[in-house]
This record gives sequence, C-alpha cells and structure tokens, in this order.
Amino acid sequence: MSTEEVNVSSVKVLGTGCANCKATVRLIEEVARAKGRPVTVEKVEDIQDIMKYGILSTPGVVVDGTIVHAGGLPPRAKVESWFTD
Amino acid sequence: MVNPAEDLVHTILTIPRLRPRVFLVSAGLLWFAAYQALAPLADALVTTLPVASGSHLAETIRFFLYDTPKVLLLLTGVVMVMGMINSYFTPERTRVMLAGRSEGVGNVMAALLGIVTPFCSCSAVPLFIGFVQAGVPLGITFSFLISAPMVNEVALTLLFGLFGWRVAGLYLALGLTIAIVAGWVIGRARMEAYLEDWVQQMPKSHAAEVSDAMTLADRIDAGFASVREIVGKVWPYVIIGIAVGAAIHGYVPEAFMARLMGREAWWSVPLSVLIGIPMYANAAGIIPIVEALLSKGAALGTVLAFMMSVIALSLPEMIILRKVLKPRLIATFIAVVGSGILIVGYVFNAVL
Repeated sequence: MSTEEVNVSSVKVLGTGCANCKATVRLIEEVARAKGRPVTVEKVEDIQDIMKYGILSTPGVVVDGTIVHAGGLPPRAKVESWFTD
Repeated sequence: MVNPAEDLVHTILTIPRLRPRVFLVSAGLLWFAAYQALAPLADALVTTLPVASGSHLAETIRFFLYDTPKVLLLLTGVVMVMGMINSYFTPERTRVMLAGRSEGVGNVMAALLGIVTPFCSCSAVPLFIGFVQAGVPLGITFSFLISAPMVNEVALTLLFGLFGWRVAGLYLALGLTIAIVAGWVIGRARMEAYLEDWVQQMPKSHAAEVSDAMTLADRIDAGFASVREIVGKVWPYVIIGIAVGAAIHGYVPEAFMARLMGREAWWSVPLSVLIGIPMYANAAGIIPIVEALLSKGAALGTVLAFMMSVIALSLPEMIILRKVLKPRLIATFIAVVGSGILIVGYVFNAVL
C-alpha cells in the first residue's frame, strides 16, 4: 500500500432515495474498493437530517464531516480525489 | 510507438480542454452544417428505398428519417449550451439573487431563473427549505419551484422541433406567466404559518455568495456531462414519440380525438388537467402522447394544459412536498397552479 493514503473513516450520502443518490453510493463503494480501502457508505434519507447539512441539491456527499459534493452524480475523478491526497 | 490514427483521436479529444474557443466555434459550425444536411440526406435515403415515391409509406419513412435526427441534433445542441449556461447559475447563486427580493420583481426573476438553474425534482425539498431559510419570500420560492420543472429546455426543444416555434414560444410565455402569477398569489395569501413546524423552527441562514472558479473548459465539460445525462436518458422517448407520430398520421381516423379533446368539448380542459395530476413523467416521456393527441384533432390548448399538468402538478411530488408543507398550503398550491393551467387551456382554445 502507498504511504500517501488518506484514512477515510466515514462517508455519508445525503439524498431522499432518487436514482442519482443510489448511483452515487454505488460509485463511491466501487472507487473505494478499487483503491483498496473499502468503506461503508451511510445513507442519510430523512429530509430533516439532510437539511442539517444545509445543501440545496441532492445527492450530497459528506466525507469525515465535511460536505464535498452537492447535486448530481459526482464525476469519477472527483470521487477518487476523496481517497487520495 | 503511437499509431497515427490513435494520435489523431487523442489530439481531437483534447481540443475542448486545451483550445475551448476553437472547440466551440468548430463544433457550432459542424452542428449547423449537419442540421442543414439532414433534409437532403433524408430525401436521398428515401429514394434508394424500394417504395413508390410520393406514396403514403414513403412519406411516413421520410418523416421518420428526417425528424428523428433533427430532434436529437437540436436536443444535443440545446442541452450542451444549457449545460454550460447552467454552470453559471448554481442553485446557491440563484438563492443569493432571490434572497430578500420584493414581491413582483422577485416573482419574475424567480420564474426566469427557473429556466436556467439546473433542477431535478428529487432536489425540490432541499431547495425549497434552503430558499425559505435564507430569506427568499415564500411566494418567490414557489414561482421558482413552478417554473423550474415546467419551463425547461427539453420541453421547449421538443415542442420547437416537432410543432414549430409558435407552440414552443407560447408554452414558454404561458409557463412563465403561470409561475409568476401563481407564486405571487401564494405570496399574497401569507401562508408562512402553513409550513411544517420543523421548517419554521429551522435557524435562519445567510445566503452567502459562492466562489466559482470555473474555466471555459470546465463549462464545456459541464455541457458534455448534461448531454450524457439528459440526452442519454431522453432519446428513446424521442424516437418512440416520432415513430408514434409517423405511424398514426395515416392509420387512426383523423377526427378520433376531436370529439373527446376538441375545442367544442368545454369539459375536456379540466378533465385533461385532472388526468395529468396522478401521471408522473418528464417532458420527453409526455411528448409521444402530445404528438398522438394533436395529430388526431385534439385542441392545442387542451393538450398543452394536459402536458403542463403532468409536469407541474404530479402526485409523487406532492407527497414529497407534504413533508415540508401543511395540507392547506399544498391544497392552495394545487388550486392556484391548476387554475392557471385551466385558464391557459381555455385561452389557447379560444384564440387559436
């Protein structure tokens, strides 16, 4: 394993269960596996919980407590950047 | 050793990134040339087929061969440009522009921004709360929420491609009018107390300007992304719609729908709106039906009312909105928007 690995401990996908939200969850899990660091993606589907993060469009992605993406399926390169420094 | 063909492909693929302006100009020219070439190409193709020229079958085939690439080409061009325009109007920026606006001007702005701000109905609730929380007045928020799904580039392009600029222009003008007036009426009704309690109790937030460091190349990427997402999803509906249109031109009696949905049947407008509410389809999915109805003698106003009702008043969306709105506000929303659509239907039928 490379030494520059970032230890992502929690990934949350915020969304009410639309097609893009499910695709986002799948994409993140796939990228994480490919990077050799599988994570469990937590789905936040309750609208009141989602709104605590203050995003305007879904799906939103929260990595270790920081919002890194909101609105639409994130590009693969962007997802990869969450797992590398 | 790189082979020359691969090298060429690689060079072409990097143009949008490295030379965005060159890409835009040459893609625009190519697009225009392809669009001009469609009609002669379709004619040439039809003459090579073993069908009598001028026959009904030949006409049907020509219609299909010309209209399918025409509409798909139009759609790709428009979605590409709108994807780039969308990248300037993020929901965050739109919220900043609308926060604290007065009614009237604010409703007009919200309806117009609804056209250019990217919107997915699954984001309706976060958007709604985010707007209200940041001090966008309720009525102005509604103007945006009505306009965004109803007046969108896919609906307008398909209407333009299949029925001409008059129908598309009327749809645009009437959709905006409904969004502006309905939002204004809801705002006047002072219904802030009919937001769900947890929404009212949410802390007010400040709509901060978001930094945006996109280059032209990034915007071109955004355009490509929306072409992949939207055209990739919509093309089967377009082909089905055109095939239905081509097929029924001759095979269903011309006045089949005229009795049910013609302009003489006064009850057809409210009936169309009612039928439209439980249906949930995007603009592309509804176009085949619109095409079929129109060509069989249904009145234009009735058909447009049906289309608007399907897109703007959908039951699944009501169920989602119910989480943030109390029943009385939902009922007001349906009543106001529904009346607007009814008026549009009747006015259209009377004028045209």
